[in-house]
Amino acid sequence: MNSPNLLDLYRKMFLIRQFELRAINERRSGLIPGFIHSCVGEEATAVGACAALNIEDVITSTHRGHGHLIAKGGDPSYMMAELAARSTGYCGGKGGSLHMSDFDLGILGANGIVAGGIPMAVGAALAFQMRREPRVALAFFGDGAVNEGAFHEAANLAGLWSLPVIFFCENNLYGEGTPQHKQAPIRDLSQRAAGYGFPGVIVDGNDVLAVYEATREAAARARGGLGPTFIEGKTYRYRGHYEGDPMVYRSKEELEAWKQRDPIIHWREKLLSEYGVAPEVLDDIKARVRQQLDEAVAFAIESPPPPPEAALMGVYGDTHDGRVF
Amino acid sequence: MTREITFSQAIREAMSEEMRRDSDVFLMGEDVGVFGGVFGVSAGMLDEFGAERVRDTPISEAAIVGAGLGAALVGMRPIVEIMFADFVTVAMDQVVNQVAKARYMSGGKANVPLTIRLVNGAPGSAAAQHSQSPEAWFMNVPGLKIAIPATPYDAKGLLKTALRGEDPVLFFEHKLLYAVTGDAPEADYVVPFGRAAIRREGSDATVIAIGGMLPLALEAAQKLEQTGVSVEVIDPRTLVPLDVETMAASVKKTHRAIIAYEAHRRGGPGAEIAALLAEQAIGYLDAPILRVATKNVPFPYNPDLERFILPTADDIMEAVTGVVSYQL
Repeated sequence: MNSPNLLDLYRKMFLIRQFELRAINERRSGLIPGFIHSCVGEEATAVGACAALNIEDVITSTHRGHGHLIAKGGDPSYMMAELAARSTGYCGGKGGSLHMSDFDLGILGANGIVAGGIPMAVGAALAFQMRREPRVALAFFGDGAVNEGAFHEAANLAGLWSLPVIFFCENNLYGEGTPQHKQAPIRDLSQRAAGYGFPGVIVDGNDVLAVYEATREAAARARGGLGPTFIEGKTYRYRGHYEGDPMVYRSKEELEAWKQRDPIIHWREKLLSEYGVAPEVLDDIKARVRQQLDEAVAFAIESPPPPPEAALMGVYGDTHDGRVF
Repeated sequence: MTREITFSQAIREAMSEEMRRDSDVFLMGEDVGVFGGVFGVSAGMLDEFGAERVRDTPISEAAIVGAGLGAALVGMRPIVEIMFADFVTVAMDQVVNQVAKARYMSGGKANVPLTIRLVNGAPGSAAAQHSQSPEAWFMNVPGLKIAIPATPYDAKGLLKTALRGEDPVLFFEHKLLYAVTGDAPEADYVVPFGRAAIRREGSDATVIAIGGMLPLALEAAQKLEQTGVSVEVIDPRTLVPLDVETMAASVKKTHRAIIAYEAHRRGGPGAEIAALLAEQAIGYLDAPILRVATKNVPFPYNPDLERFILPTADDIMEAVTGVVSYQL
């Protein structure tokens, strides 16, 4: 992949933003029974990083994973249906927000455990290296994850074996309700990479093109056999850790300051001023995204829930029809 | 053609034969390569398969189990060795939250052909963190299969089944079984999961012996025969799935059940088996179901103390004598 589709970067960021806002509304309306960790404000890291990957490349995601899925090509209808716990959802209604996956698209799964998916990405990268496939694995994780043992063990393994993996840290400054400076004694989390023998780079996580460039370089390094890269995208989540979080741990001023650097508005302005895109083109994209999400919500509402006996299926693969025993 | 091999050799043959048959199979773990495994199980495999497929890892259980999962999700068939089963605690999130649930959470789509070999059992003065038999911890986690062979034949056949399957398997190998010898054919064969083996037929009591307890149960049965007590010995071979039908049928015949296992007694695999037998055969029982297991304390270092807490053939004999003479 040489250059990204600039309009598609916009479309995907806008789609993620609107998907999250619709999901929040549909949770309030009662369509969605479970909890949601929204990524509003963090669209550029997901979209910029995945734009630098190929369809054959894989990602592991996090509890804040809707954006990663959409960025990697996930279908908003199957996602909305999954959030609504329907049989047509990505996991047949059995995974929910925290566990969506699409193996055909290289989405190995969101994850309910902080840092839980990082070793998995390293393992996928190991498989690619062993089979001499020019594929890359990218692990998304937050700033909280770099204090988990699983991150350190996995980063060490990846550095040791020069695996084609990208550690993508979306640093939104808060691990749940605790600021980064109370969780780690370093300012730049990308410093962690030095201990494992690979480069750590910092990028403006609200600048989708900068994220794309950093990831493209990391992917080229990985494909070239030069091993992992740690990318720290500095960004911010507009909403709470989860929907309903009272957010007592941060100030309105801080939030407003970050909103001045909104990734979607920032990219829209760039498209208009630097790339000469006509405003109507972007408005048309927005209208189509809204239409797509109307359809996604309608699909979720119209889809049947899984039958009760589905709860007993899909535990195992090759015996007893996957039933429990 | 059948010949005698050791339990250790059986596992090595199963791994090697599957690695020759299928390039997706590989082994990784701490000291599995140059060292040949701390118990020598993978000795010589590095020479045949090279360092990429017989892969020494750092001491990072969470990373190697998680990497095994990631590799499995993209089509490999990894074997991960946990040098001492006790160390699996370091990888507990990966085993319990990731590996076990990957298929179910994905709505049944994810194949997880990952085999985790864990070395369990008390070999003598290995103390509290190198002696445990933690099988039952994982019986409470849906999504995992659990194999616990007791003979070289089963070790080879069950491991091949694990490596050809599509589900994560915890494969427990008792340290003191490694040197045990037994018949195993040279030709390719597999042993299916979920089928118990009746190791010895009998009519007065059923002893269900798990993993390393099988030799002790057979010794006890032989001695009891000389006193006129006929013991049926059953080896479940896999704990998940568990062949409760064979065990219940035996208990319906003998009317007495004892479960012998080396895990700690409380909440061990025998507790689940006892509950299932009570559910399915309580009307046939002429005595309480007894468990012969390790006392509920951490493993002590001192050899005499360790012997004091471990289940023995004498304990099995005493339990059998007790249930046979039990008056309702």
